[in-house]
Amino acid sequence: MMITFNIPFIAVVGLILVGLIAVVFKRNLIKIVIGITLIESGVNLFLITLGYREGSIAPIYSSSPGGIMSLPVPQALTLTSIVIGVAVLALMISFIIHIYKLYGTLDARKIRGDEE
Amino acid sequence: MNEMLDYLVLNSPALVVAIPLLGAFLTPLVGMINGKLRNLFVIFITLLTGFFAVLLANDVFTNGIRTYVFGNSSPMTNPVVRIFFEVDGMSAFMALIAVILPIVAVIYSWAFMEKETGLNKYYTLILLMTTGMLGMVLTGDMFNFFVFLEITSIATAALVAFWTNKKNSVQAAFKYIVISSIGALFVLFAIAIFYGQYNALNMAVIANSISYSFLDKIALGLLIAALAMKAAIAPMHMWLPDTYSGAPSSVTVVIVGTTLASLYGVFRILFTVYGRQLLTIMRQIGEFSVTSSIVLGVFIVILATITIVIGVFMALKSNDFKRMIGYVAVAEIGYMALAVGSAISTFHIADGTAAVQMTSYGEMALTGGIFHMINDALDIGLLFLVAGAIYYATKETSLNRLGGLSRKMKYTTVFFLIALFAASGLPPLNGFASKLIIYQSIYQVNPILTIVAILCSIMILAVFVKVFHSAFLGPKLPSLKNVKEVPKSMLISMGILAFLIILFGLFPEYIINNIVEPAVNALSNPGSYISAIVGGA
Repeated sequence: MMITFNIPFIAVVGLILVGLIAVVFKRNLIKIVIGITLIESGVNLFLITLGYREGSIAPIYSSSPGGIMSLPVPQALTLTSIVIGVAVLALMISFIIHIYKLYGTLDARKIRGDEE
Repeated sequence: MNEMLDYLVLNSPALVVAIPLLGAFLTPLVGMINGKLRNLFVIFITLLTGFFAVLLANDVFTNGIRTYVFGNSSPMTNPVVRIFFEVDGMSAFMALIAVILPIVAVIYSWAFMEKETGLNKYYTLILLMTTGMLGMVLTGDMFNFFVFLEITSIATAALVAFWTNKKNSVQAAFKYIVISSIGALFVLFAIAIFYGQYNALNMAVIANSISYSFLDKIALGLLIAALAMKAAIAPMHMWLPDTYSGAPSSVTVVIVGTTLASLYGVFRILFTVYGRQLLTIMRQIGEFSVTSSIVLGVFIVILATITIVIGVFMALKSNDFKRMIGYVAVAEIGYMALAVGSAISTFHIADGTAAVQMTSYGEMALTGGIFHMINDALDIGLLFLVAGAIYYATKETSLNRLGGLSRKMKYTTVFFLIALFAASGLPPLNGFASKLIIYQSIYQVNPILTIVAILCSIMILAVFVKVFHSAFLGPKLPSLKNVKEVPKSMLISMGILAFLIILFGLFPEYIINNIVEPAVNALSNPGSYISAIVGGA
């Protein structure tokens, strides 16, 4: 029984670890970006899981059927985090486009500055 | 008139952040009318922000901590659902740093960026960076801190890649955004851990109820790792020289401020949020009890020493002017971390009271470290402006292709000499004042630290003497025949920084008593920060 409640937290750790491994070991810039989005999903899932109570309903007060509600604050935080994540993702992808134009490759080993 | 001023002072915490934010989005509209008008408008906005920051700082330094509530301001039991700005001496001190640098940067940009296109976006992003920095240092809310951290990162990354046709700039920007987004996500994860345990996002509330559980230790590790990465403490300093040298010089000056704002985050977490818990005994060895503060302090001191040594040696090896200054900037960050790590290692409980205190030399180290923050902002800022001036005049940053510039660029040479002496800690400039305090106080912790610090400081001088020799002295190079002194706006902004450097160097006592001391007191008494929100003693 315990393990079912912990599945989301296991998923959080798994997502973040997979993301970190991708960022550290992958050479392709797109894969690095995918790794970052995986870490972000993990953190967002963590926030949402924190606010969830078993059998709770959405925290909308008007015409609520009663019963316990899940916490609204983590959901607000997650929304903010998702919006920021989209901006960062767009920026990273646009950098990748420029890097590809300048270097003709997405291999992190071949991407160096002009000097040194 | 007086009531008007009081009203402005009352609302200054919000205005300091709101003015650059509004200004940022008005800039493209003004830019549609006229380029010159837009430049004036941006300078006006930064000056206005500076004015309010000075008002706020003055108020905080005389009357103590200020809180400002966004949202429901009526008394309520739960302080979770509102966002607080809480400004104590340290925040006000950082706000001063965070307004000086953008003012200088936008004045400098007038001539430096004149020939570029896309300047509307450039100025918008500079103002957004300013907003982010000020928000980071003024906010009293963890999640708010994360949001401002991300605003700063995104604006900075976009500006680092302003010259999209340069390989250096674009790859530096990508590196920066990867580092900062991972750092910010770690911060968010730590915030979630806090929220899960204490049901609060407010720093004061968390600090009040923190129990230093296992989860709190994980959160501490995540926060320190992420913010130290953004503050470029070794071994996570690799991005800084790339970013600093890839960005236009006018932008780099502001990035120096964002790096210091991240360092402020480290201080806030260590001293305010965890301040009361750091004396938890981890292991007892006979009479001697190993507390968390000693472990953390020694850890930070070791990292800081490595940072200084790596920064200096890489700077000696480097042949590119801007990259070299970038490595020196890494070393300077190390000096601050060294002082603060030493201060933390002296935490102890005073006899007869329950309050956590530092020894007198610990307090002195903290004074030196915090004083060095503003000095570093000025010195490194001026060095980058000089590097930008050389680039503007010659389109070169490699020292191999520079020479004999002192004949053509008299003022720039003088400014470079001032920055050189200040950054390497020679009297009577500001770098000497703060470094001397750091040397004296860390000597009490371990004399070897002082030796390393002084040696590295001398090597910084060696680095810049090499630059001075190869770039400014020597015969005129035929390729640099048409070099002229840089335009007035660049000279003015370099002059402002040089003036402040000399002023801080000549009257360090005055600066320490009036600006640095309140910041030190704010960090060493977390109780007052907490009770301003939570109430009680």
